[in-house]
Amino acid sequence: MNISLGSVSIPFSEVIKSVFGHSDNESWQYIIQDYRLPKAFTAILVGSGLGISGLLMQTLFRNPLAGPFVLGISSGASLGVALVILGSGLFGGVFASLLISKWSIVIAASVGSFLVLLAVLLVSSKVRDTMAILIIGLMFGSITAAIVSVLSYFSSAEQLQQYIFWGFGSLGNLSWNELFIFFGIYLIGIVLAIFSIKALNTFLLGENYAKSLGLDVKTSRFIIIIATSLLAGTITAFAGPIAFIGLAIPHMTRQIFNTSNHKILLPAVFLFGAIVMLICDSIAQLPSSDYTLPINAITSLIGAPVVVWLLVRQRKMVF
Amino acid sequence: MSKDSKHTILKTKHLSIGYKTKKATSVITENINLELKEGELIGLVGANGIGKSTLLRTLSAIQQPLGGHIEINDLPLEDHTALDLAKTMSLVLTEQLMSKNLSVFELIALGRQPYTNWVGNLSEEDISEVHIAIEHTNLIDLKDRKCFELSDGQLQKVMIARALAQDTNLIILDEPTTHLDMYHKAYILKLLQKLAKETNKTILFSSHEIDLAIQLCDTMIVMTADKVVSDSPCHLIEQGVFETLFPKDLIGFDKKTGSFRVKNDN
Repeated sequence: MNISLGSVSIPFSEVIKSVFGHSDNESWQYIIQDYRLPKAFTAILVGSGLGISGLLMQTLFRNPLAGPFVLGISSGASLGVALVILGSGLFGGVFASLLISKWSIVIAASVGSFLVLLAVLLVSSKVRDTMAILIIGLMFGSITAAIVSVLSYFSSAEQLQQYIFWGFGSLGNLSWNELFIFFGIYLIGIVLAIFSIKALNTFLLGENYAKSLGLDVKTSRFIIIIATSLLAGTITAFAGPIAFIGLAIPHMTRQIFNTSNHKILLPAVFLFGAIVMLICDSIAQLPSSDYTLPINAITSLIGAPVVVWLLVRQRKMVF
Repeated sequence: MSKDSKHTILKTKHLSIGYKTKKATSVITENINLELKEGELIGLVGANGIGKSTLLRTLSAIQQPLGGHIEINDLPLEDHTALDLAKTMSLVLTEQLMSKNLSVFELIALGRQPYTNWVGNLSEEDISEVHIAIEHTNLIDLKDRKCFELSDGQLQKVMIARALAQDTNLIILDEPTTHLDMYHKAYILKLLQKLAKETNKTILFSSHEIDLAIQLCDTMIVMTADKVVSDSPCHLIEQGVFETLFPKDLIGFDKKTGSFRVKNDN
């Protein structure tokens, strides 16, 4: 479905043929196989990955406002990308043009999010209270946001525009090779999340109860944070800082399934995340027009009213 | 052989409890010597701020002792792995549940966590243990309700059932009767007494319901600023221990009725 929508309209039957590689129309086949199919695949990875990391953070921090980026992952990535795009002016012209390629942005985002996360982890290993980790993550977010604004102040309009475009998020532009790396890291994150299901359910009772049930609270907390970082980190690196999905999908799923049991929630969030992201992407394409809207705007435009509607309909929050 | 044939579940020797920070150590109580025997209901009483919760937190390994020894089943507390301990001792705490969106059954089943596999699937044995816990606590009618629908008294029963499902020799409850009305206070403590008898578990709880505890407990632990005494309620009354619990200006202990009375000014 998602694959058949785009600037060039291609009949559905042809789409099916193209996916399996026997379409008569070569340009259609090219569009489908090298552009739309990877994009749909990216949408699935992004939606499910962000949804799951949001769920992990909300349970770990016992906070319905937590999302995949509370640990400073997206702000770290933003800082990395900002340093490359905006800071390039400071490092001189020739060097700058070398730097700004797609891989350099991916690498900058990964390194940035990894460093900020490392800082958050180091500081939080000193504190016993899980809530303190949340605040520390938010503080690091503020610091990086401040550095980005300072950089923006000294940048040219062109550089700013490039940076803002990165901030819109994008599901396209990934080759199969890039997707392969993306998928590999994503898979590690998902496996860690699946192994955390029991711990997550125990955390529903609170940390002292979890401890009394024989759970190694520190290790489980660490694994959950690593899983989130891998998922949210790679997604931000490859697709930009996609907002909202990570916060909203777990809420939608809880409202619909009316449970807090992670054995049900985890697969449900996976599915919902993927579906919502595919829908958002289809809308962002503006079928039969030449424009593609920023995916980041669409996720919020579609998602926010849905969450509000669910909360109003159920009259109470399920958490 | 010892004079008492009952097995000792928990024993403390010269235990001192309190808080330690980098700069200072604040000792709350020193030289605590206790012996908790199997099948006993033990009430821990003392004034506010005297260190009841600290003692319970120390016994349940949430907090480190400042000195002395704690032995559980004749083995030092620190030699138990977290999982061993989870199969020996279960807790009912005062802290609020993070999520009340679990059904009563699901919540009680979380007590089986130390026994379940990596993803937490319940085996047949686990399910039958949960059902036994539900029966003991009379929760059959409520088992499919969500926890947020329950009253405080019902929720406390569910938390006790969860501790039962954990299938441990020792259950420790921190103020299980707070927020409950007079009837439910008596109900919960009576339930604990029944459980100690029927299941031969050792049940230790802290409470401000001294009158009720005197009537129901096999042993009581009385904490005052100077010392910690433990004996049967009758002996404690004879020795006049309860008189030392509170300042004497407002209330006094009546030995005949085993309860506190407000003093009249005239």
